[in-house]
Amino acid sequence: MNALPLVCALREPGTVAAFGAEQWNMLIAMARAERLIGTLAVRIGDMPVPEAVRFVLADARLDAEREARQALWEADRAAVALKPLGLRVVLLKGTAYAAARLKAGEGRFIGDLDILVPRNAMAEVEKYLMAAGWEWVKADPYDDAYYRQWMHELPPMIHQERDRMIDVHHTILPLTARQTPDAGAMIADAISVTGGLYVLSPEDRICHAVAHLLADGDLAGGLRNLWDIYCLLGEVDAGALETRAGRHGLSRHVRQARRLADALYGEGRRRLTPWDRIVIARLLARDGWGRETRKGLRFAFYLRSHWLRMPPMMLARHLFTKWRKGHRPV
Amino acid sequence: MKHRITLSIGPATFRIGSAWPDPIRELKHLYADYPAPADDFADFTVRLEPAGALRRWLRPSIFITGDHGLADAAPMSLPHGLLAAEMGMNLQMALGWRRHLLLHASSVEKNGRVLVMTGESGSGKSTLAAQLGERGWRLMGDEFALLDLATGVVLPFPRLVSLKNRAIGVMAAEVPAERMGPLMAGTAKGDIRHMVPRAEAVARMDEGASPALLLFPRFGHAPDIRSVGHGETFMRLTQASTNYVALGEPGFTALTRFVKTVPAKAIDFPSGNEAIAMVERLWEQRA
Repeated sequence: MNALPLVCALREPGTVAAFGAEQWNMLIAMARAERLIGTLAVRIGDMPVPEAVRFVLADARLDAEREARQALWEADRAAVALKPLGLRVVLLKGTAYAAARLKAGEGRFIGDLDILVPRNAMAEVEKYLMAAGWEWVKADPYDDAYYRQWMHELPPMIHQERDRMIDVHHTILPLTARQTPDAGAMIADAISVTGGLYVLSPEDRICHAVAHLLADGDLAGGLRNLWDIYCLLGEVDAGALETRAGRHGLSRHVRQARRLADALYGEGRRRLTPWDRIVIARLLARDGWGRETRKGLRFAFYLRSHWLRMPPMMLARHLFTKWRKGHRPV
Repeated sequence: MKHRITLSIGPATFRIGSAWPDPIRELKHLYADYPAPADDFADFTVRLEPAGALRRWLRPSIFITGDHGLADAAPMSLPHGLLAAEMGMNLQMALGWRRHLLLHASSVEKNGRVLVMTGESGSGKSTLAAQLGERGWRLMGDEFALLDLATGVVLPFPRLVSLKNRAIGVMAAEVPAERMGPLMAGTAKGDIRHMVPRAEAVARMDEGASPALLLFPRFGHAPDIRSVGHGETFMRLTQASTNYVALGEPGFTALTRFVKTVPAKAIDFPSGNEAIAMVERLWEQRA
């Protein structure tokens, strides 16, 4: 059992027409676990489904609408807090898709608010956000120092009244990663949306989503991120994307993302490499009860995420420090 | 999962999977007289999983999760499996239910009108509802009251009543043994024993009614009754609701109507018997 039924339902919602109760239960459990239930609900739309399922999908759509509303309010609050600085506040990920009314944002789960600002403004941004009520989440000095020295973002902050998190990025990959995307160009070419806020250009949105999925992290939530990429790909010219990906050092990753998106959500016409197949096996590692499967493969990708993020000696030091503090993976 | 059961309680249906047979066997036994679900479509999936690689066999330990879960939930021992399953269902409702305003409250009905009781854990609302349920009232639920967003009607959620510590002896003395579940001693909340509601409460689990009185009970104090104003009632109910924020404007509208139309009283009582007398008196005197 893997998450293929979920992928098929997103690609071709008609596949659910003949589903029986247990198939629906499995599909819904998978979709919830992958945080794709709202997207699935939007995809299924007004198709005839059993009444019990209709209730579940309607709830999911309402949840997604509320999340988009809350996310845009949170973005607006950040824009107001940072207005005196007179800089471009670029929305990333879910909030950006909702603000720009993109297909990728329809029904999408939105967690934290992610913004991109110029690196040389980070100290000021931090100060103004704290003055507006955001505060630090992590008390651990090692984590705090680690974020500040090596990460592409400030340690996460949470708003004391609204209880919502904000991630302030100054680039899109950790500074220790092998690729060094041009964050300055991303900010310079960002597109204005409402209320003094910006979103990345169509090509840069894809570069960011791809970097996040394939050059960083352990593919947790990967089906959702790949769905984003699949939707975003529909809005760009292939040549322009290739040029832009080259500029950010992400050509190989963008090409792989195109193959993966095509294999899972598109027409499946592109030739897959053995590595693509391993990534797909990891993306689909979820069963009909919503449980994670293929623990060994998951762990391998977890190790890989660290390998991608830092050079070997630094990784060894980091893992030892975390281990001493009692952190255990999986 | 290897061991499973589908249960319907009020408007919600749960698909419960377990790595062990024991919790499912106990659920089957205690929910035997509940109406079977019309079909197997579930609103929620609940999973009782081993809390670690070896914890299926060696000192079995249950991690409660499902569609909605808490990463830092404390594992539970297998003899407390029935409680784990109940907590798993509660967790889904608390985090995932959107079709009604969910109030952490007990409720009982008489002559088509509902008495709602809310308060902290240990306030006595659960025991009081269980006792009233044996004395001519219909028990609608000991944990969650579901407020319909469109009509303002309160709907039942008559899961097994979860009796804690001293309440176990009180209820065991007046309820036939076949309606009582196994005693689970030494849980995080003390001793716990489940009680099957009366057959009528289960049979009418789809039947809602209009709320007529809201009480904030408080056990272990000298008898006292005071009125509670709209503002305080509203604030306390927002705190007692797990989905008030998630529902947005419809939740606000439903709660406002509830607060404006249902009189609210705080009652302190030293013992169960006194509480029952006070409640019956307030019920007779209500506007």
